[in-house]
Amino acid sequence: MRSVPVQAPGGLADEDTLDLPVRPARHPGRWLGLAVVAVLAAMLVNTLLTNPRFEWDVVAQYFTSESIILGVRRTIDLTVITMLIAVLLGIVLAVLRLSPNPILSGASWLFIWFFRGTPLLVQLLVWYNLAALYPDLSLGIPFGPEFVQLEVNVLITGYAAAVLGLSLNESAYMAEIVRAGILSVDQGQTEAAQALGMSRLRTMRRVVLPQAMRVIIPPLGNDTINMLKMTSLVSVIAVPELLFASQTIYSRTFQTIPLLLVACIWYLIVVSLLSVGQYYIERRFARGATRNLPLTPFQKVKKFFGWGQRGITTTEVKE
Amino acid sequence: MVAQTDTYLGPMVQATNVHKSFGRVEVLKGIDLTLRKGEVMCLLGQSGSGKSTFLRCINHLERIDAGRIRVAGELIGYARQRGGLREMHESEVSAQRLDIGMVFQHFNLFPHMTALQNVMEAPVGVRREPKAEVRERAVGLLTKVGLADKQGAYPRQLSGGQQQRVAIARALAMRPRLMLFDEPTSALDPELVSDVLDVMRDLAASGMTMMVVTHEIGFAREVADRVVFMDGGVIIEQGTPAEVLDNPQHKRTQGFLAKVLA
Ligand SMILES: Nc1ncnc2c1ncn2[C@@H]1O[C@H](COP(=O)(O)OP(=O)(O)OP(=O)(O)O)[C@@H](O)[C@H]1O
Ligand SMILES: [Mg+2]
Repeated sequence: MRSVPVQAPGGLADEDTLDLPVRPARHPGRWLGLAVVAVLAAMLVNTLLTNPRFEWDVVAQYFTSESIILGVRRTIDLTVITMLIAVLLGIVLAVLRLSPNPILSGASWLFIWFFRGTPLLVQLLVWYNLAALYPDLSLGIPFGPEFVQLEVNVLITGYAAAVLGLSLNESAYMAEIVRAGILSVDQGQTEAAQALGMSRLRTMRRVVLPQAMRVIIPPLGNDTINMLKMTSLVSVIAVPELLFASQTIYSRTFQTIPLLLVACIWYLIVVSLLSVGQYYIERRFARGATRNLPLTPFQKVKKFFGWGQRGITTTEVKE
Repeated sequence: MVAQTDTYLGPMVQATNVHKSFGRVEVLKGIDLTLRKGEVMCLLGQSGSGKSTFLRCINHLERIDAGRIRVAGELIGYARQRGGLREMHESEVSAQRLDIGMVFQHFNLFPHMTALQNVMEAPVGVRREPKAEVRERAVGLLTKVGLADKQGAYPRQLSGGQQQRVAIARALAMRPRLMLFDEPTSALDPELVSDVLDVMRDLAASGMTMMVVTHEIGFAREVADRVVFMDGGVIIEQGTPAEVLDNPQHKRTQGFLAKVLA
C-alpha cells in the first residue's frame, strides 16, 4: 500500500479517481463473432428441419425402443466396467513402472508399449478370435500337470473379449496418466513418509496417490468420455451395445441415417452428463488447492458479455 | 515429553569414516562423530558443506558409500550375514527408521490429512498401535506444542510455525530415541521462529537425544551440549558452545560465525 498519492498521467492524483465510477471494458469484436455464429447456427437448424431425409419421425420412433435402450445400458456398463479395471490396472502398472526394480519397471514398460502400440480394433479382434490361437485354456503348474481345462470359445464371449480388449488397452493409457500424477507429488512427501518408517507401498497408498488424484482426475474424465465412444468399436465383435443395436435395426429397415442419428444423440446425451459430472468433480478437487474457484459456465457467459458487472468494484472481479 | 524406558546407555549415534558422493562429487569425506544418549548437538556450517546429507545418511534416506553409522548400537543399512555384511532390504530399513524422528526444513506435512491425522498416521498405520491410545497421545503432543485447538486443521490452513510444530509432534508420536532436525526454522518468518525453538528447547530439557542442523546461533549457545562445525564434507571443529562459538580456533569457523552473527 502506498501512502503517498501518485500523480496519474492525466494529471489527477489517485485519490481523485477513487470517486469515479468503474465501467467494465467493452468488446465490440465479440458481438461480431456472435453474429457470425448466429448465422451459421440458423443455417444448421434450417437444414436439420427442412431436409426430409433426416426422417425425424423415424428417429423419434426408435429413440426409446427396447433394443436401443438396452444398447445404451450396455454401452454405459461396458464403459464403467472397463474404466474400473483400467484404473486399477493402470495404478499397478504406474507403480511398477516407477519401481527401482528393473525387471518390474521393464515388464510394465513392455505392457504399455504393446497395448499402446497396436490398434484397439485389432486387439479386440484378436481377443475375440483367441480360440483360433489357443483352443483350450488350462489351469495348472507351468509345464506340469493341469487341473482345469476350459474351452476358450466358451470362455471368451463377445462381451468378455470387449471388456478384455478395451480395459487392457485403456490401462496402458491410464498407467501414464497415473504416473504423471505420482510424479507431480513433491519428493518431500515420500521422504517424510519414509522417515516415519512407512513402506514403499504404504507411502504410495496413503500419501502419494491421494495427492496425485488432483492431477489424475481431469485426464481420467477425458478418457472416460473417450471410452464411452470407443465402446462403439465392439460392434464389430457383435456385442449388442448402442451402435450395434442401431445397426441391427437399419440392416432390417434400411433407415440408416435416422438410426445413426439415434445413436449419435444418445452418445451426446451420455457424454454431456459425464462432462457435467467431470466438471463438478474437478471443481471439488480444485478446492483448497487454488485460491479462487474457476467460474461456472454460466458465470463465464455473463463475464464474456460483461453482463451483471456494473456496480461491482474492481477488487471483486479480479482473477 | 517422551517415555524413556530405554536401557541402552551407549552412544546414540556413532559415525565412523562416513563417505558419500553424488555422482563424481564427494559430499562427505570421512565423518567421525559420536552423539551420546541425551545429548543435544548442533551442526553448523556453510551452505553445501554436507550437513543435510549427513543427517539423511543417519536414517538411511541416503545410502553411504563407505564407513559405518550405528544408531543405538545398531548398524544402519546393513545386516550381519555369514561373517560379512549384506545390504538391508527396504522393509528392514523401514524398521530401523521407527526409532529415528526427523523434522524437515519444509515441514513436509501430508496436506490431505488434518494435523491430528498427520500425527496419528504412522503410529496407527506402521506401528499398529490401537487407535484410541494413539489418539490420546497425539492430542497430548499437539497440546504440548501449543496446538490443541488446531487438531482438525489442514496444513494449508496453518502458519509455517504451526506446521513445523505439528511436524515435530508427528515425529514424536513414534516415540523415537533420536530426533534429527534439518534447519527446522529456516523456512519460517522471523516472528514464528521462537515458537518452534521453544518446543525444541522443552524437548531437549526432557532428555531427548537431538541432532540439529541450524543457523540459530542463539539456540545453539543456549541448548546445545556440543556444537559441531562442518566444512567441505568434513568436521573441522567441535566442542562446547563456549569453545566453538565464543573462541573458534579454525579460520573457517571464525569467518562463518562473523557472517552469521553480523
Ligand atoms: N541428491 C543430490 N544429488 C546431487 N547432489 C546433491 C544431492 N544432494 C545434495 N547434493 C550436493 O551435495 C552438497 C551438500 O549438500 P547438503 O544439502 O548436504 O548441504 P547443506 O550443508 O545441508 O547445505 P544447506 O545449508 O544449504 O542446506 C551440495 O553441493 C549439494 O549440491
Ligand atoms: Mg541442508
